[in-house]
Amino acid sequence: MGALADLTIARAAAGLSAGEFTAAELTEAHIAAMEAGRGLNAFITETPEIARTQAKESDARRAAGKAKGPLDGIPIGIKDLFCTEGVLTTAASHILDGFKPAYDSTVTRQLRDAGTVMLGKTNLDEFAMGSGNLTSHYGPVISPWKAADGKDRVPGGSSGGSAAAVAAHLALGATGTDTGGSIRQPASYCGIVGLKPTYGRCSRWGIVAYASSLDQAGPMARTVEDVALLLRAMAGHDAKDSTSAPIAVPDFAAALTGNIRGLKIGIPEEYRVPGMPKEIEALWSQGMAWLKEAGAEPVAVSLPHTKYALATYYIIASAEASSNLARYDGVRYGLRVPGDSLDEMYENTRGAGFGAETRLRILMGTYVLSAGYYDAYYLKAQRVRTLIARDFRNAFEKVDALLMPTAPSAAFAFDEKTDDPVAMYLNDVFTVPISLAGLPAMVVPAGLDAQGLPLGLQIVGKPFDEETVLKVGGVMEEAAGCTAKPSFLR
Amino acid sequence: MAYIIQGETGDWELVCGLEVHGQVVSNAKLFSGSAAAFGAEPNTQVSLIDAAMPGMLPVINEYCIEQAVRTGLGLKAEINLFSVFERKNYFYADLPQGYQISQFKHPVVGEGVVILDMPDGTTRAIGIERLHMEQDAGKSMHDQDPKRSFIDLNRSGVCLMEIVSKPDIRTPEEAGAYLRKLRSIMRYLGTCDGNMEEGSMRCDINVSVRKVGETGLRTRTECKNLNSVRFVMQAMEYEAARQVEAYEAGEEIVQETRLFDSARGETRPMRTKEFAHDYRYFPDPDLLPLKLTQDFVDRIKATLPELPDDKKERFIRELGLTPYDAGALVASRRAAEYFETVAKGRDAKTAANWVISNLFGMLNAKGLDIAACPITAENLGKLIDLITAGTLSGRLAKDVFELMAETGKDPETLVEEKGLKQISDTGAIEAVIDDLIARNMGQVEQFRAGNEKVIGWFVGQVMRATQGKANPGVVNQLLRDKLKG
Repeated sequence: MGALADLTIARAAAGLSAGEFTAAELTEAHIAAMEAGRGLNAFITETPEIARTQAKESDARRAAGKAKGPLDGIPIGIKDLFCTEGVLTTAASHILDGFKPAYDSTVTRQLRDAGTVMLGKTNLDEFAMGSGNLTSHYGPVISPWKAADGKDRVPGGSSGGSAAAVAAHLALGATGTDTGGSIRQPASYCGIVGLKPTYGRCSRWGIVAYASSLDQAGPMARTVEDVALLLRAMAGHDAKDSTSAPIAVPDFAAALTGNIRGLKIGIPEEYRVPGMPKEIEALWSQGMAWLKEAGAEPVAVSLPHTKYALATYYIIASAEASSNLARYDGVRYGLRVPGDSLDEMYENTRGAGFGAETRLRILMGTYVLSAGYYDAYYLKAQRVRTLIARDFRNAFEKVDALLMPTAPSAAFAFDEKTDDPVAMYLNDVFTVPISLAGLPAMVVPAGLDAQGLPLGLQIVGKPFDEETVLKVGGVMEEAAGCTAKPSFLR
Repeated sequence: MAYIIQGETGDWELVCGLEVHGQVVSNAKLFSGSAAAFGAEPNTQVSLIDAAMPGMLPVINEYCIEQAVRTGLGLKAEINLFSVFERKNYFYADLPQGYQISQFKHPVVGEGVVILDMPDGTTRAIGIERLHMEQDAGKSMHDQDPKRSFIDLNRSGVCLMEIVSKPDIRTPEEAGAYLRKLRSIMRYLGTCDGNMEEGSMRCDINVSVRKVGETGLRTRTECKNLNSVRFVMQAMEYEAARQVEAYEAGEEIVQETRLFDSARGETRPMRTKEFAHDYRYFPDPDLLPLKLTQDFVDRIKATLPELPDDKKERFIRELGLTPYDAGALVASRRAAEYFETVAKGRDAKTAANWVISNLFGMLNAKGLDIAACPITAENLGKLIDLITAGTLSGRLAKDVFELMAETGKDPETLVEEKGLKQISDTGAIEAVIDDLIARNMGQVEQFRAGNEKVIGWFVGQVMRATQGKANPGVVNQLLRDKLKG
């Protein structure tokens, strides 16, 4: 049965379809893997009973000739930022203690309608704020990849639980959300594929908000094809989200033609940041060489405002977060720590309910929106954001996609960087500019660093052109031929 | 009608601007599908969005936008095709999101004007600065339990329009006239029912004073949440007097928010904590900027009803009414429509008299709104027709009118039932007169001796004998003929 958890979604779908095994068997294999993998702390809540019921329903549908499509009966993990009806939803925060929503997020409802089986809710950084999955109230996630030094590594964040679960074969796929790199960086650190769609491609309704103008749900899986299959079910216009785009959802998997002949691939010079490790730079060149071999043409492009992206991102994301998180006040749901007055109840509840990183970002966000500072920080950041988006627009007049690194290094150990927030924020230097511009981007495993840790390259596309991103990613995946397995599976 | 406060150092004038919050007439709230009706059981009209559950997102209710634009057009204001909803951030238990979605830098409606008809027949133009839309908060109830406060979220998310006037108001009477006019316009448009008791219209006033002749503005204070025209006027008077007194005592006025205590009729500062907010406005990232097309605005414009100012002008021009009568009739759209039904095909002045003196008087006495009027406009018209045809005398008509108010029946039926028809048949009246003359020769002699006044006595007697039904014109004529012998 163990082998069932090693399949890809596409292969599992074929097996289910051919009657080689049942959804129930596939699900049991994953429940067993999930239990065996508890040491990674990838799940906050396991939902084996829901999974078994859904698998049984899937088998019944299939027996009746009413199977729904390639995702019917596929066990996946759901990042615990998505509200799931009747199932504890925490955002990895103490402040949402005991919160069981009466509703499903649009994305998880669509996945359920596609027949997927929910294994559980995956761990994350508190309110998706972090790059190491270190800020979760439910403890850190441990990457299934150990380095040559034998030390545990972080899985990246914020979708660290999803990335670790997929990499450790605890789930065939998972949902993530990406605000400044929260799908792409953990995908890179854990050696899997992760796609952040164009802002507006997936509905945000029912996803606990971090920074509304940046948050975007996306799929994480072990192959580009699997990501394409998941994205098709997750995407689509939703009248309940005013920022979701009324654009038709294509058959993303059909875009994986393997033919990138004649495509122009931009290489942004500003991403050669000082001090970038040689192996990252070498991998980037290698990536371009693979694409060139497949017939694509490298083109040097300039994104001149890149150096302002990190500061811009942290101002805008914190500002929105400070307001989005105001609703956690102990009045209606989640944690309440009583006090002698309303203000004291707020202070007690929010003081106890939010972790240090969340408090830091609320404070930063409150500061940049305050009278006297608004123009210097928030307003200026919005202007810079416009310039950054324009940089990309200009670049895309010349090229079809961009190729760039995902993060300045492979996954770090638990004792590195963790006390310096700015060093931690630097992890996001290659992912946030794309978030600010709202563009689709996918990370594909491309190699290992000297320590044997995975490194992924990032492919960025034009707005709503996930198809080109997937097509280029598919070619790279094939060329890179990464077969290394995480130490957890060895 | 200048409002001058005489101080020891000279004369002072009042400068005031009003912010009116009107609840938009709409079945659903501004950003959620829940009902917006008044008076429902607590927390029965609350959606996941209104309760600010995690992951919930606002979606603009297009009808509310239409209502705001309609109101803007009624105020002859500029409609901004581009406007932005922002978040006004503050913590309160009845504000579930921790912010109110409102418009700040880019309101949907810009400058406009409201014309006031003052009792002395003059008019005053009060400038409108802007109209913006926002969501209401819930309600905290502190009187339900000794230790705890309860929250009712029914109002949470209900659509409000805030209409901000320029500081053009100079007297409490103008403030009253402004509020009544604004309410009248919004009621004509069907955009706000203007019911201050139910809280569907509330008012904040910004008051300052200055020496007569000064052109600049001095420091203002704000009184919030006044819920009647009377309180608005009282608060203004109190605040103006207080400020003059302070200046004359050599003190300065602090810009602050004050609370009007209606029981004492005075204002006092709110605790600093209650207003020292930095609201940290920023555009709501959950909502795209609101972009309207000129076509959308034009379509609304095409459906606007005739507004009170235009209606008044038409009543004066086409129906020959006095400005006073026309003004009284157009204050309410229903009343104006009632009048127009009565006046159709009849003498407009007569119709106006009946509606203003008799009908409004009766409604006031009964404490009824025109909507609940027991007499239909058609029936009042028929009553006037009966007078014109000579079937009823003016006096009898008033009796019939009262019966109509009591029973709701049509005048013809009542005249028939009560036998109130005027007697114009000369034979019947002649018989009564002959009898009278035969029995009262003394009075006849007086008349013949030149005492004309005695004819009144005879008229009275004839009326009495006919229970008031005799046609007075006919009675007079016949009496004169017969008394002369």
